[in-house]
Amino acid sequence: MKLSFSAEDEKFREEVAGWLKENLTGEFAKLKFRGGPGDEHMFPEERKAWEQKLAEGGWTCVGWPKEYGGRGCSIEQQVIFFEEYARAGAPGRVGHIGEGLTGPTLIAFGSDEQKAKYLPGIVKGTELWCQGYSEPGAGSDLANVKTRARFDEEKGKWIINGQKVWTSLAHESDYCFVIARTDPDSVKHKGLGFFLVKMDQPGIDVKPIQQLTGTSEFNEVFFDDAECDAADIVGKPGDGWKVAMGLLGFERGVSTLGQQMQFQNELDDVIKAAKANGAANDPVIRQRIARAHEGLKIMRYNSMRTLSGSNDGSLQKEALMYKLYWATWHRDLGELAMDVLGAEAEILPEGPYELSRLQSMYLFVRSDTIYGGTNQIQRNIIAERGLGMPKEPKVTIKPE
Amino acid sequence: MEFAFTEEQQMIRDTAESFFADVSDSEAVRKAMATETGYDETVWQQLCQELYLQAITIPEDIGGMGLGFVELVAVMEQMGRHVACAPYFSTVCMAGNGLLLAGTEEQKAEYLGRILEGKTATLAFTADGDWTADGVRATFRKDGDNYVLNGGYRYVIDGHTADFLLLAAREEGSSGADGIALFVVEGDTNNIGRQWLPTMDQTRKQAAITLDNVTVPAGALLADNAADTLAKILDLASIALAAEQVGGAQEVLDQTVAYTRERVQFNRPVASFQSVKHKAADMMTRVEAARSAVYYAACIAQEALEKGPMADELQEAASIAKGNASEAYFKNAGDAIQLHGGVGFTWEYDVHLYFKRAKASELYLGNAAFHRERLAAKLLDGVES
Repeated sequence: MKLSFSAEDEKFREEVAGWLKENLTGEFAKLKFRGGPGDEHMFPEERKAWEQKLAEGGWTCVGWPKEYGGRGCSIEQQVIFFEEYARAGAPGRVGHIGEGLTGPTLIAFGSDEQKAKYLPGIVKGTELWCQGYSEPGAGSDLANVKTRARFDEEKGKWIINGQKVWTSLAHESDYCFVIARTDPDSVKHKGLGFFLVKMDQPGIDVKPIQQLTGTSEFNEVFFDDAECDAADIVGKPGDGWKVAMGLLGFERGVSTLGQQMQFQNELDDVIKAAKANGAANDPVIRQRIARAHEGLKIMRYNSMRTLSGSNDGSLQKEALMYKLYWATWHRDLGELAMDVLGAEAEILPEGPYELSRLQSMYLFVRSDTIYGGTNQIQRNIIAERGLGMPKEPKVTIKPE
Repeated sequence: MEFAFTEEQQMIRDTAESFFADVSDSEAVRKAMATETGYDETVWQQLCQELYLQAITIPEDIGGMGLGFVELVAVMEQMGRHVACAPYFSTVCMAGNGLLLAGTEEQKAEYLGRILEGKTATLAFTADGDWTADGVRATFRKDGDNYVLNGGYRYVIDGHTADFLLLAAREEGSSGADGIALFVVEGDTNNIGRQWLPTMDQTRKQAAITLDNVTVPAGALLADNAADTLAKILDLASIALAAEQVGGAQEVLDQTVAYTRERVQFNRPVASFQSVKHKAADMMTRVEAARSAVYYAACIAQEALEKGPMADELQEAASIAKGNASEAYFKNAGDAIQLHGGVGFTWEYDVHLYFKRAKASELYLGNAAFHRERLAAKLLDGVES
């Protein structure tokens, strides 16, 4: 075990930090610390421009192989990049779904034609992606997808009908990847397809969902005879579940380190508030702040273990618990923030419903323990995959 | 950056795992814990002579293995899994590391040399459960070339059996961090009283020690102005203990999973009920979080021993490791009793051995609340406590 980075990596760190310092200025200065979870609706145009600025500097897709336009960074360098990115307060990435999910999926499962067609737009930061997984009847039970895709021989296209929900950035995106049922008689994870769908077409309608924060980052997406080229199915009809599950695997990884740096910024705000209003003298608040501090440190150590391949006999079980751990930690931080602020926590900076950063965080974190697999689903996964405990016996209850 | 065991570290871990599985099964633990000394001398000599595990952190020029704190932590984790009854924590993790940090070259050669031979030792510092270095109550005064020690200690791990003792004392009339010194003396020195204290956790023994005008020669002084050194020794001991706690927290989880998979109620293994699985998932989350904290702290402990660039993180790393491991072990052991149902409440099943060890370890060297207050002081008051 060795904690320090090599001299070469430290040089890379300086390069990243230097570039950000030089470029996160002028028109982009106002984006500092903006566009994170709970704030994703802010400055969409400026953040799109920022993606292209990053691309010019070669700072998109840093972990992708060079042959696909990436920077080919080692794990250590990716860690460093995400840390420095968040430390500089650089804005939430509107390109993260393309870079983190679509790209790796196409590199692993896509055709040469799909790679050539879609990867360059992601690398250049010019084409944004959103994710079409969840549906009203397919939340935790993701395999219960009802959206259908039927191949129209005459048109030579897939025709998609159905509804997706909780699609973040749908109104800003150029493309959506969609899982839809290619075999209408199939159930569960069989008979699904994975489609790359252009958003700007008559068959697609996007409706924002107003959240309990008052803001709208998530959308409903309606597909009414939406079209998708025959060449834009990833794998074969019926491969959808395999591709979709492979993609979920890409969600864990080095970007978690950047997320932690954002958490650190929020915790720093809470500590600042506690020092300012005297809450820092309350013994219970002191315990909770210390707990938050150590929870964040442990997240970092966990990620380091996961990224190092964890040669200690625990089979990377620490990766399974990561979502449950951070989501619960973040929810607790929101509650701590309000308890630190006390009565003043209720007062908004502006009416009718303008939230401060900590207020917005406090409300938004209630979604963390739900999206991407609820805490309850995470515990099932940990128990079944991590501990080998048996699945709940299947029962079928017919709806009335 | 490489945050995983090397092959060599993995080998030491595996060696320790099979050794303790062999010598520290339920029967052996119950036999040892029923005695006043608390361990089997034959097994201890086997550990020292055949496996040489007491030598891990002792430098090669003295005759030790010259390995690091990560290796030590790997061994402690395995001892924790088997609630091993041995004076290892007291001898190696308290006295041994104390000598490494505070001893002169001569003292290291002599006393670490005796540890290498299989002798036992411990560190006595608190009289009343104040776990800070500043909380030392026993006193010393200079008397010519000698020192005269008075006062006493409680909660001294293996204090009634140790061959030699490291004693922390403060100069008469001093307070706070001032005037603290460390001495090394023989266990049977005149005017030292040693009394075994029966404990709820029978698998690790504690003693009270009284000092009644104990006169020791100048050569017994390890270090004066030693508050910082003592604090470091306690931080290192906390990290080692936290590793043992992680081993215990893992073992009660494994036993619980095994038991609930076998136990059938309502025509299905109780492990298939989500209420049971979710508790087990929380147990695993706790133990993995604590394990990450302990491995990180082990790397920092090594830095502290080598005076590396990250050495000043020691106190924080120790607090995060000890606080989390304490909480993880105790909660997991409590959940293990619950998920075992009625048999978890019996003397026959081993769960209660872990439950009791968990609380004893949590209380020793500071529980989670103690360590969180140390962190809070650093974060909120801008001072090192």
